[in-house]
Amino acid sequence: MIQDLVVSLVYMAYAIGLMLGMATLFTWVERKQSAVMADRIGANRAYIRIPFTNIKLVAWGLFHGIADGSKMLLKENFTPNTYDRFCYNIAPWLATVPVLLLFAVIPFGGTVYPGHLLDTGFPVLGPFLSEFFGDRSYSMQVANLDAGILVVLAVSGVGILGTMLAGWASNNKFSLLGAARASAQMISYEVTMGLALLSLVVSYGTLELGGMVTEQSKLLFGFLPSWGLFYQPLAFILFLTAAIAENKRAPFDLPECESELVAGFFTEYGAMKMGLFMLSEFIEIVIAAALLVTLFLGGYSLPYLETTGFVFPFGVSLALPHLAVVVLQVVTFLAKVFLAGCFMIQIRWSLPRFRYDQLMDFGWKFLMPLAALNLVATVCVRWFLTRG
Amino acid sequence: MKRDYWNKPSMGLWERLYIFEVLRGLTITGKVFFGNMWKWVTFRKGALTAYYPEEIRSDYSPNNRGRHVLVQREDGKPQCVTCNMCATVCPAYAIEILSAVDSGDEVHPKVPESFEIDYSRCIFCGFCVEACPEDALRMAKETPDFPGFDREKMWSSQEELMSWQPAQNPAKTYPEASAGRGVQP
Repeated sequence: MIQDLVVSLVYMAYAIGLMLGMATLFTWVERKQSAVMADRIGANRAYIRIPFTNIKLVAWGLFHGIADGSKMLLKENFTPNTYDRFCYNIAPWLATVPVLLLFAVIPFGGTVYPGHLLDTGFPVLGPFLSEFFGDRSYSMQVANLDAGILVVLAVSGVGILGTMLAGWASNNKFSLLGAARASAQMISYEVTMGLALLSLVVSYGTLELGGMVTEQSKLLFGFLPSWGLFYQPLAFILFLTAAIAENKRAPFDLPECESELVAGFFTEYGAMKMGLFMLSEFIEIVIAAALLVTLFLGGYSLPYLETTGFVFPFGVSLALPHLAVVVLQVVTFLAKVFLAGCFMIQIRWSLPRFRYDQLMDFGWKFLMPLAALNLVATVCVRWFLTRG
Repeated sequence: MKRDYWNKPSMGLWERLYIFEVLRGLTITGKVFFGNMWKWVTFRKGALTAYYPEEIRSDYSPNNRGRHVLVQREDGKPQCVTCNMCATVCPAYAIEILSAVDSGDEVHPKVPESFEIDYSRCIFCGFCVEACPEDALRMAKETPDFPGFDREKMWSSQEELMSWQPAQNPAKTYPEASAGRGVQP
């Protein structure tokens, strides 16, 4: 039992660390990538001076995230005169916590045998691990739920409450308009997202995210990795669009468009409360990227990597120790999530924004029917295939 | 009735499908991004902007007005006679002059005890150079050491104004002194 607890705690620490770290990294990536795209330099002034020397570590502006975070923590906690105290204070948390919870069901690695990680010949740690864990195996996932994808949809729906409360409670017309837009947009794009996910569920035959990744680690025609992208290309595009719209970022940033609504639903928030909204937005990028990777891009699975090592289709195989396989899987997942997030940021800085009526038209009249059609087509194909 | 605007876009099927235009846009931005990243990886500069204080942009005008130079006579004293005309004409009130008596020099008994320019206020209009009757104040092309974190440290002292060496002599080229006007030594 104590072993399970230890493993769960390690997983939770890893999940939260990964999300916060990635979100902070993405604030930097966003600034730097948009700068490089526009022939600019980007953030490069924050530095850490090594004590007692005059050596300043700039590291391409990586410390800007730390500087921004500490600035927001130290700022005055300004509140408007007339506001609903309870709702106003709870709204940032309602926006952040569901996003943090979402990662619980996403697998970030395959099955791990902690007792077999290190060779027993390894000094101190090797014998200890194998004695403590024995032959136990754990799937690398905080919560291995059977209803994984339903949990994703349910919990991400709670996030809307945060934005709505923020708009209502701060007693400001811009906030209210932003919140109204945000809730309308998120609810309409959730429909598309749900339908796209449903067609995926039909084609995989499971609701469990870990099971989906196992399905995707097989090979198609003997050489192509059987990623969801190749099974459901339309669902991939629909899901990507809906995920960006859920993030409330350009080209779907109607809820917080600066030119009309100051800052949208968090106009009246300052200091770290605003920081929490910002952070939740960037964690949402990480979550959306992680979901995209898990559902469509093979999750943690590297093509041709089995649990014993690489097995290439042309008959060459390379045996690897368990530790190397686990590390490879974790690193693959991180790299895929990072690249998917960078792609979303590229979209955010490339495409112009929709008008509000165009946004609603696009969601309800174009994406929703497409997703429904895709679902029907998937079901038909599935039905013909299973009938024999 | 809703009016049609003169620049109403006419979109074909290709544009209305949207996804292909999205891909085209992403290709354009992606091309710039990867081009710049390749330049960065191969140690070239991808950006068009300059790192300002560390890097001076190369396209300064040849007659750019930069930091002031206090001209010296052959014996190393400043040519300034503290007439205060530059401080009077200065629209930003950036020049502070304190006079002193130099009884050893009969021709130029007034010398500056301190001549200071506040670069946090100077607007580089060049009026002081125009106003100076003695050609004691000139402006060089270069702009070294201007940025700073402390307003108090942006005052330039007389020693600094006399001792810094621009790359070129910022003097205006005068016509040869005519016969009627003798130049005092």
